Amino acid sequence: MSVLIPATLAQALSALDDAPSSMVLAGGTDAMVEINGGHRRPDSVIAVGRLAELRTWTHDVISATLRIGAAVTYAELEADQFRRWVPALSQAARTVGSPQIRHAATLGGNVATCSPAGDGLPALSALDAIVHLVSITGQRSVPFAEFMVGPKRTSLRPGELIEAITVPVFAGWQGYAKVGVRNAMVISNAGACLAVDDEGGVRLALGSVGPTIIRCSQAEAFAATVVDHGQRAVSEADAVEFGRVAASEARPIDDHRSTADYRRHAIAVLSRRLLRRAFPNG
Amino acid sequence: MADNEMYALHVNGTRHEVADAWIGESLLYVLRERLGLLGSKGACEQGECGSCSVLVDDELVCSCLVLAASAVGQAIVTIEGIAPHGAPSDVQRAFVECGAVQCGFCTPGLIMATHALLERTPQPTGSEIREELSGNICRCTGYGRIIEAVQRVAVWRSIEP
Repeated sequence: MSVLIPATLAQALSALDDAPSSMVLAGGTDAMVEINGGHRRPDSVIAVGRLAELRTWTHDVISATLRIGAAVTYAELEADQFRRWVPALSQAARTVGSPQIRHAATLGGNVATCSPAGDGLPALSALDAIVHLVSITGQRSVPFAEFMVGPKRTSLRPGELIEAITVPVFAGWQGYAKVGVRNAMVISNAGACLAVDDEGGVRLALGSVGPTIIRCSQAEAFAATVVDHGQRAVSEADAVEFGRVAASEARPIDDHRSTADYRRHAIAVLSRRLLRRAFPNG
Repeated sequence: MADNEMYALHVNGTRHEVADAWIGESLLYVLRERLGLLGSKGACEQGECGSCSVLVDDELVCSCLVLAASAVGQAIVTIEGIAPHGAPSDVQRAFVECGAVQCGFCTPGLIMATHALLERTPQPTGSEIREELSGNICRCTGYGRIIEAVQRVAVWRSIEP
């Protein structure tokens, strides 16, 4: 096993080209659990967590987008500026692990692991984030929905690493809510992100209740017919129906953390609550 | 760096050479088993318990989740380095005075987390203390006396900054 701490992104890509099976290590909060447990013993590791190119973010006011470098940490995403730009992602960041985990764990790492329970992922789905991939031969950009193809399965190709993620900066309300056994240090049993886009569309994405993050096209279409943007209003009955439709779109399973029934119920409750937070009147 | 290649870590202001070690070892393992710094505790080895908390470049992290060889060139501070002059730090004194230490296993991690919290937020509210210490598990105290100790340090520092 070898460990490389590259000084530049170019050096990292060159090393990855030489040894495409290398483990790309960012914050280490997933990778080290596997290594400590003896489940993974990579031949070579490329530690990208300190690469300046991946540690930056750019807010483009003209296009109203935010490009977040892959090695930006969840602790950084909790900060005020991100709370203004991408409230749902910032809120999700605050629910990841513990302060210790958030100081190390990165958004790019969460995307690379691509667990259905990844707390950052419902926000990226609801915001139609773009994942920017780079290799020694070039760059390509993939919508998040095409990047995540299954539980912990992505469309990342050998020799590629995640450089950045771009999300739109919307003016409307957005939030993330999850259910777990504690308020802190907990893997989500069910999670939901709701965002109101600049065309007035209500977007809803679910985590931990399917093989990938699930966008609720039916619940979104239903919301379009019942919310009053001017008054920021929705009736309680319509919010309940929104939750019911969202739950019907979830595809949860029974596992060691929860049951399908409980998860489906949780999605109905979380979705209703999020819609009521976005449209508190009426 | 390849297998068994020597590397150096900067721990508590001192350069330590790590030789004849497997390159995949966690920082916690290297601190305890290679450098003899036994203050950081290992329990869960998956970032759940906080007993192994250290500072890496001023950020509180679980040393069990840091690949030691990837921390080359970073400033690492462990519980052994938190009170460099032999006397206990104000946080350590407060933990003793408030009875926030029972079996003591979680204590080094909680002391590190409390130092990090008070650096950032000198006068934390009760909920800020609970949120910032949420990554440190204590199975003895029930946390009441730990929170009291943090508040006591905040008062001391406000009187005598």
